[in-house]
Amino acid sequence: MANILAVVEHRQGAVRDITYELLTFGRKLAEKTDGKLTGVLLGHNVDNLTDNLKKHVHRLIVADHDVFKDFNGDVYQQALADIIKKENPFLTLIGNTAFGIDFCPSLATHLGVPFTTDCIDAEIADSGIRVTRQLYDGKMDTHMKLSESPSYMLTMRSGTCPAEEGNLSAEMQKIESPITTQPSYKKFIEYIEAAVGDVDITKADVLVGVGRGIKEQANLSMVEDFAKAIGGVVACSRPIVDANWLPKDRQVGSSGKTVKPKLYIAVGISGAFQHIAGMKNADTIIAINKDSNAPIFNEADYGIVDDLFKVLPALKSKIMELKK
Amino acid sequence: MDLIVCIKRVPQTAEAEVRVDSSGKDIVKDRLTFDMNEADTYALEAAILLKEKFGGTITAISLGVADAEDTLRIALAKGADSAVRIKAEDFGELDGFKTAALLKEVIKDIKFDAIFTGCMATDDSYYQVGPVLAEMLGVPHATLVSKVEVSEEKVRVNRELEGGLIEHLEMSLPAVFAVQTGINEPRYASLIAIRRAAGKEIKILGKEDIPVETKTNSTLEELFVPPVGKRAEILTGSADEVAARTAGIIKEKGLI
Ligand SMILES: Cc1cc2nc3c(=O)[nH]c(=O)nc-3n(C[C@H](O)[C@H](O)[C@H](O)COP(=O)(O)OP(=O)(O)OC[C@H]3O[C@@H](n4cnc5c(N)ncnc54)[C@H](O)[C@@H]3O)c2cc1C
Ligand SMILES: Nc1ncnc2c1ncn2[C@@H]1O[C@H](COP(=O)(O)O)[C@@H](O)[C@H]1O
Repeated sequence: MANILAVVEHRQGAVRDITYELLTFGRKLAEKTDGKLTGVLLGHNVDNLTDNLKKHVHRLIVADHDVFKDFNGDVYQQALADIIKKENPFLTLIGNTAFGIDFCPSLATHLGVPFTTDCIDAEIADSGIRVTRQLYDGKMDTHMKLSESPSYMLTMRSGTCPAEEGNLSAEMQKIESPITTQPSYKKFIEYIEAAVGDVDITKADVLVGVGRGIKEQANLSMVEDFAKAIGGVVACSRPIVDANWLPKDRQVGSSGKTVKPKLYIAVGISGAFQHIAGMKNADTIIAINKDSNAPIFNEADYGIVDDLFKVLPALKSKIMELKK
Repeated sequence: MDLIVCIKRVPQTAEAEVRVDSSGKDIVKDRLTFDMNEADTYALEAAILLKEKFGGTITAISLGVADAEDTLRIALAKGADSAVRIKAEDFGELDGFKTAALLKEVIKDIKFDAIFTGCMATDDSYYQVGPVLAEMLGVPHATLVSKVEVSEEKVRVNRELEGGLIEHLEMSLPAVFAVQTGINEPRYASLIAIRRAAGKEIKILGKEDIPVETKTNSTLEELFVPPVGKRAEILTGSADEVAARTAGIIKEKGLI
């Protein structure tokens, strides 16, 4: 019987999608062994969040305290260490998000619990845990077995286990917060919203996403030209923003914008899952990449395996012809 | 300020063909190029900027095989004062946890104000080594760091969250910062500096220098090419033919 604990991720008053993915995944894993899924919600004035959460877990532990008003990884670590010691779960599930990776590795280390991160699947095997992870820019998968232990901890990649409707009605257990003050060495001050720029890529029907394959900043003008010809807007992958070639508000992906255009043309973008997360819901995706093994071709509807410097000008002139 | 930067040498796989080797547990590496892990170039730059402002020293540490020394020399050329290689060949199978444990054994004897790591290594995508190292050393940490601003006894730290939202924290030193890409402009090493670094000594530590039992959390059982789900329809032909097909598809969708 594998009892599973899942940590509820919420921010600025809303439960984040990863939570329902984790709860769906955790419930299925627990039920396979007649175990129970317990959700842990640490927050302040979070009563309005519990109704929906209760549908997804067998039991919901809630610690309500103003120390949880905003996220501080250290506060979570201390509180969860206490709760996990008491609960003794077979497995603790956490999202592989900016939230989860700030406390899972150190928490598991503190507790002496074998753990691993960024899993895309996990199963209970030979009384232990086997996970699937991705390596080498998403070009390889691996199966890994965690060292034998009575307890494990994993972070799961978002988007790998679709959330399902919940039909449970959990009992709720309110507990005293194990921690009441932020530590002096790590204090949350505030959230700073992303700056808004002059172009809103989330509103465009046609986006031309450009990636590191463009090689040099000077080549961006070619992409701008192309975008103009097709009546679209230029967006990009993270390295283009890291290099300061385009502003942050043009970045598509998990740490950038989520877009849903009618057409997304990915130009010289490999298709890291952080990028895919931001554009997979486009109606039509066309990818241009010289590497036939680039992961982007697993997401695109149409693929062109060739040099973008050859394809883009050719495509531009064909589009101009059709427009006449 | 005395600073430590953890640097990993990783294969550059974004544009390369990646194949499983005969052991089934590793990739064929002989035709891949290797370089400093992307996030580590930003971690190193963050340390150099602090050293330029406050003075002090930078120690670059890498757990790797002999080639890692080339990467450490780049760090020396850019501004690190000393470098240490932990001989990966002496320690068998590694994972993020064991890597952190080995780094800790070396770092615990060095005086430091801050340790910089990358937020993630592109070969194993663990996101682990920085925060685990911090926990083992008993110092605080922040991950996905997009800014570290040090003033009198206070450090302003920004973390980058999903959607570009920033979490602003105040921390005290010593601490470990696992930095995100894009947080500064990593410098290039000048030719003169590279030549000078070629002669510098790199401290090499092996099993006899680190006589502790370190364990992995996990064992790699197999590597395999990810199963393809939905695969794109690949348009073939000359650039002109492909362009014509593509333009046709776009038109059919009513987008031109
Ligand atoms: C916490 C975190 C958050 C992240 N958030 C985001 C995010 O929001 N958005 C994002 O995009 N990334 C994000 N990343 C980065 C992500 O992991 C990848 O590193 C990034 O998406 C890679 O960008 P790329 O595809 O442009 O570059 P690469 O992976 O380097 O790919 C370049 C591609 O160009 C192709 N190419 C090269 N030359 C040519 C040519 N002449 N013709 C055709 N093709 C060519 C290559 O084959 C290759 O596939 C994040 C990473 C982390 C750790
Ligand atoms: N073998 C290594 N030697 C030195 N530093 C490492 C090593 N592996 C990981 N790191 C550091 O830890 C960061 C995160 O790596 P990972 O947890 O493996 O994703 C990297 O960006 C490096 O700064």
